[in-house]
Amino acid sequence: MSSVATSGSTTDQAVRRVAIAGNPNCGKSTIFNALTGLRQKVGNYPGVTVERKEGSFFGSHGEPMNLLDLPGSYSLQTRSPDEAVARDVLLGRLPGIARPDVIIAVVDASNLERNLYLVAQLLELELPVIVVLNMVDMAEKAGVLIDLPALREKLGIPVIPMVATKGVGMIELKQALSQTPLQKPKHRAPFEPLVEEEAQQLANSLPVPLELAFPEALLLLTLHDQALDELASHDGAVIDAARQAQHRIREAGLDPISVLVDARYAWIHSVCHASVSRPGTDDLLSVSDRIDMVFTHRIWGWIVFLAAMGLMFFCIFTVAQYPMDWIKAVINAFAGWVDKQMPESDLQSLLTGGIIGGVGAVVVFLPQILILYFFLGILEDTGYMARAAFIMDRLMSRVGLHGKSFIPLLGSFACAIPGIMATRTIENRKDRLVTILVAPLMSCSARLPVYAIMIAVLIPVASVFAKAGVMLCMYMLGIVAAFLMAWFLKTRIFKGETPMLLLEMPPYRMPSFTSIALRMWERAGLFLRRAGTVILALSILLWALVTYPKPADPQTSKADALAQSFAGRMGHAIEPLIAPLGFDWKIGIGLVGSFAARETFVSTMSIVYNVEEDEDNRTPLRDTMRDEKHADGTPVYTPLVCIGLMVFYVLAMQCISTVAVVRRETNSWRWPLFQLAYMTTLAYVASLIVYQGGHLLGFQ
Amino acid sequence: MSSETAEILSAMPAGQRGRIAGFDLPPEQRQRLLEMGLTLGAEFEVIRFAPLGDPIEIKVRGYNLSLRKREAAGIRIIRL
Repeated sequence: MSSVATSGSTTDQAVRRVAIAGNPNCGKSTIFNALTGLRQKVGNYPGVTVERKEGSFFGSHGEPMNLLDLPGSYSLQTRSPDEAVARDVLLGRLPGIARPDVIIAVVDASNLERNLYLVAQLLELELPVIVVLNMVDMAEKAGVLIDLPALREKLGIPVIPMVATKGVGMIELKQALSQTPLQKPKHRAPFEPLVEEEAQQLANSLPVPLELAFPEALLLLTLHDQALDELASHDGAVIDAARQAQHRIREAGLDPISVLVDARYAWIHSVCHASVSRPGTDDLLSVSDRIDMVFTHRIWGWIVFLAAMGLMFFCIFTVAQYPMDWIKAVINAFAGWVDKQMPESDLQSLLTGGIIGGVGAVVVFLPQILILYFFLGILEDTGYMARAAFIMDRLMSRVGLHGKSFIPLLGSFACAIPGIMATRTIENRKDRLVTILVAPLMSCSARLPVYAIMIAVLIPVASVFAKAGVMLCMYMLGIVAAFLMAWFLKTRIFKGETPMLLLEMPPYRMPSFTSIALRMWERAGLFLRRAGTVILALSILLWALVTYPKPADPQTSKADALAQSFAGRMGHAIEPLIAPLGFDWKIGIGLVGSFAARETFVSTMSIVYNVEEDEDNRTPLRDTMRDEKHADGTPVYTPLVCIGLMVFYVLAMQCISTVAVVRRETNSWRWPLFQLAYMTTLAYVASLIVYQGGHLLGFQ
Repeated sequence: MSSETAEILSAMPAGQRGRIAGFDLPPEQRQRLLEMGLTLGAEFEVIRFAPLGDPIEIKVRGYNLSLRKREAAGIRIIRL
């Protein structure tokens, strides 16, 4: 990757900084990917959890340029952190990120009016703007005829027709970007004389560079009272000036909130009137409209929806199994090979048991995560995601969630990590946070081994149906808990106005598989880095807990050595705490040992009971657990203990990777720690109710 | 087009065309709707309701937008 120029220099010798802006669903990321290919990196903007995508490419003279992909936004008057970042970058407000030299404004050719609203605002920034008229082929098919010379003339800036998925228009775009010097826009929407005057006056009083003052002033003029109050801490004098200006506008019988919006749309209307025609398409139903007559139909809509979700689930659980088995085999073979290369020592045990085992436990989920991202990519790029949100919104809003929360929660059945990372499509911060906080209550695939062994202990000879029934109950418990928790959080903790839903239903489109593949690649990298580093550190810590202090006598059995280790002592130490749940200290070791990753419960219990671990045959462990007795001869694993233990694992966090990802996504330790605390409490109380309540009712 | 004929968007049947006549919504929501193209006088068509009756999908300025009935109840319209 070439170096990224962030110096304040604007000379043309420096690497040109290009920002790419546009509405959501305009094909912005396809253009970004087509320009940069793999020369891109993903990070976060400082202090916020908005994704920062940067890359480099070469202009038409082979000169390197830097490209910043701004978050999709409908307006510079922002409502979400994503939109705020786009605005702040364009106004050069972010420390360490220089103001771009030129903006590529991507617009969807078949939805010109609404898309041009953002362009109208961009033209007010006094920066060179190049409009990319994306998906012109789709517009043509839909019967929208665009007169390019007229559009260029009216907008006063270069307009490049493009079909990004086919690479059409890329050369022309690069040529436009390589122009020296770049031309600033000739026109912008004209406002009422009074508004122009007030904006100019306010701009003069602003302590910012000249070219930024006017756009800043326009934003201040349209901020409503509450937003101004929130800004008040920054600069009292400026806020007062803005209030007075708004007051004068209102005195003149104008509404500051709508006066600018109306003026921009009126200007857009005149632009489109001169350049866009739709001969004879007024009463024709588009292809998308016809698809939606089925896909959002009262009955067929549900069938399509369930089929789509079912297919996704099937692939995540069954198709992913093959690569997961291969990865497991490779990791085991590698650990075995390392084992043989080294003499038996602490280092050998650390490498094979701690590091390879720990990291392997994360890597093994990669296939599921990739498949989930593949489906998320298809759902999003085709436009079905908006339909799924449309169908589910009613149900989700009952518990105060958003239609868009549905897909992240569904994804969490595979693994909470991609689910939580998928919440980025939810604009509202509270909605997103609540979705993140309840997502790990969905039974992820790492819980399956725990459920499997406990069900085997509970009902060893029962039919497949009885076992599946118990399993289903555990899944249902997780779902119900997530919804109740979401409702509780929304009504008790995140009180206040329910945010409005404004969901664009984009036309159906063919997905671009290169784009989806790039996104999968990028997500896989993020997952490995985010989860991998924390898991590595914790795997080493947990390895140390189960290994040290070492017994004096090397002949000590593994089980006794574990009992004497720190983990064993912790198991003993928490015994009084977990005794009311019916758990003994050996189960305590299992809980401690699986604190970082719940699926290690099974392998820890194998060591506790000194059972040779065998991936394919759990019978020895099952039988040992069934035979396990307390000191007084009563069995440890009564039905109530088995159920209580499963319930504990349904509700408890027991996953350090999730904690790490939540920390990253919320940008603070506050929420992951809150989540860890509430989930552990919930798990404890629920197990307590199962065990003690069950006893009161006369069960064993 | 007098104000007596103004009705609310959420009460319109699918297929109904109309024109935006005003808002009874907090400023922030009003601004958002304006920016999405629902300016005064803008024409729209009610496309459909979601399978469970909410949200409502409309076509405005050549694109499709859904919003909840709760907010749609704060949008005054005139039938066309």
